[in-house]
Amino acid sequence: MYSDNVAERTATTGRPADMTPPNEHEPPRQEDAGTPEAAEKEVKVRADSVRLWYGETQALHSVSLDVYAREVTALIGPSGCGKTSFLRCINRMNDLIPSVRIEGSITLDGEDIYDPSVDVVQLRSHVGMVFQKPNPFPKSIYENIAYAPRLHGIVNSRTELDELVENSLRRAGLWKEVSDRLHTPGTELSGGQQQRLCIARAIAVNPEVILMDEPASALDPLATVTIEELIDELKDRYTIVIVTHNLQQAARVAGYTAFFHMGEIVEFSDTDTLFTNPREQKTEDYITGRFG
Amino acid sequence: MDKKSITQHVSQQYNEELETILTKVMNMGGLVERQLSDALVALVEGDTQRGESVVTSDYLVNAAEVEVDEECTHVIARRQPAAIDLRLVLAVIKTITDLERIGDEAERIGRMALHLLDQDRQYGPMDEIQALGEHIKGMLHGALDAFARMDAEQAVRVAQEDIKADAQYDAIFRQLVSYMQEHPQAVPSVLDILWSARSLERIGDRSRNICEYIVYFVRGKDVRHTSFERMAQEATGDRR
Repeated sequence: MYSDNVAERTATTGRPADMTPPNEHEPPRQEDAGTPEAAEKEVKVRADSVRLWYGETQALHSVSLDVYAREVTALIGPSGCGKTSFLRCINRMNDLIPSVRIEGSITLDGEDIYDPSVDVVQLRSHVGMVFQKPNPFPKSIYENIAYAPRLHGIVNSRTELDELVENSLRRAGLWKEVSDRLHTPGTELSGGQQQRLCIARAIAVNPEVILMDEPASALDPLATVTIEELIDELKDRYTIVIVTHNLQQAARVAGYTAFFHMGEIVEFSDTDTLFTNPREQKTEDYITGRFG
Repeated sequence: MDKKSITQHVSQQYNEELETILTKVMNMGGLVERQLSDALVALVEGDTQRGESVVTSDYLVNAAEVEVDEECTHVIARRQPAAIDLRLVLAVIKTITDLERIGDEAERIGRMALHLLDQDRQYGPMDEIQALGEHIKGMLHGALDAFARMDAEQAVRVAQEDIKADAQYDAIFRQLVSYMQEHPQAVPSVLDILWSARSLERIGDRSRNICEYIVYFVRGKDVRHTSFERMAQEATGDRR
């Protein structure tokens, strides 16, 4: 786990009773249970009344969301609606911005990720992130994957590391294309390959959750299909949260979709329902192109 | 829901495409209504001209179906419609199939009418046929009207009229069967009348289908193969 002593941590949190992170085995709250099946789903990440400010500007107003384990959850909404801000809360990327203030709670497997005792570096190895623009390290393909596992001490020998690099590249569907040139710079790959390299890099540290911020928006349609196929394969092992501006992409890859607007979740339900018969007028207006 | 909601896309072109589709469906509906009306006059009043007109005009209905189908395909390919737009396109595709079949039934009635005139028919409960025909015309008109207004509740009311249509048809059926038992020599011409009544009854069923598509389109609920109670519930249920 990302904290070394869970029991101690919970005992010393000292937060008011109503802020206690819900137990992971508890069924999802009624308002989030979009379908009957949803009631039995295991919740991996639970956000409860998350509010976020950039300085004086409030970007998130009480966002509550259950992210189900080994499912793809898409966050959609117009620019500036808070979907990326929310995504970045899930592995505390917003900590890097000095003016940010966050309230409410986010739990991973029932444990508060904003607890002071949480090691953020450890947290991020459990909750990986893939960005809009492929950003491989200016190192070889091999080193791109090997860097983090070595840093986290996940591997003990060169052979283990080789295996890990191969497995990660295989899972990211990149192995066949790069196995003969592992020591060429990662930056020499095509855009789509670079993005898969970044995904391979993210899964090398064996995360539980992968956050993707518009992972295919800088790629051509074919490379996009490859990434989408990959997402579909990865969801058997990982919990995936993806921010996308491409509504059809959300409809294709996600089992669940949350629609954000003005810093709030307007609607969260299974993707089929959201795209054929949304509950809220605002959702309908957005997905059918009725407001800009 | 009102019609404006279909035309509030940011893309003006998309609005126009959907409006064009709706207009064409309504035109096709008008055409089919006229076919039915002519077929009924041909049958009940023995009007040869109307009968021939129905038979020779069916191709117009077929052409309308193909044209609307094509427009829908374009919208799906170019716009990837979602939610209400998707349901509209799906409902249109299904509706025009039923409209085309209604056109076929009208053509069949027209042919029967011409056939009956050739045979110099001796018997027919024409008052009852007329009453059934008027009822069916009302159902078709009501269904098209509900589609134009996007009115799910009206669609349910129209669909419920199918009960009465079935009862009227059953009465005609019994009457014709007993007549045929008593007058075997009249069987060929009476069968024509029976088949015409059957066609009218089928048009009622198809109008009811269209009403079900309207509930799906407006409310997002599939009410095919359910009870009228369920249909009414879904149509009035507050979606928002």
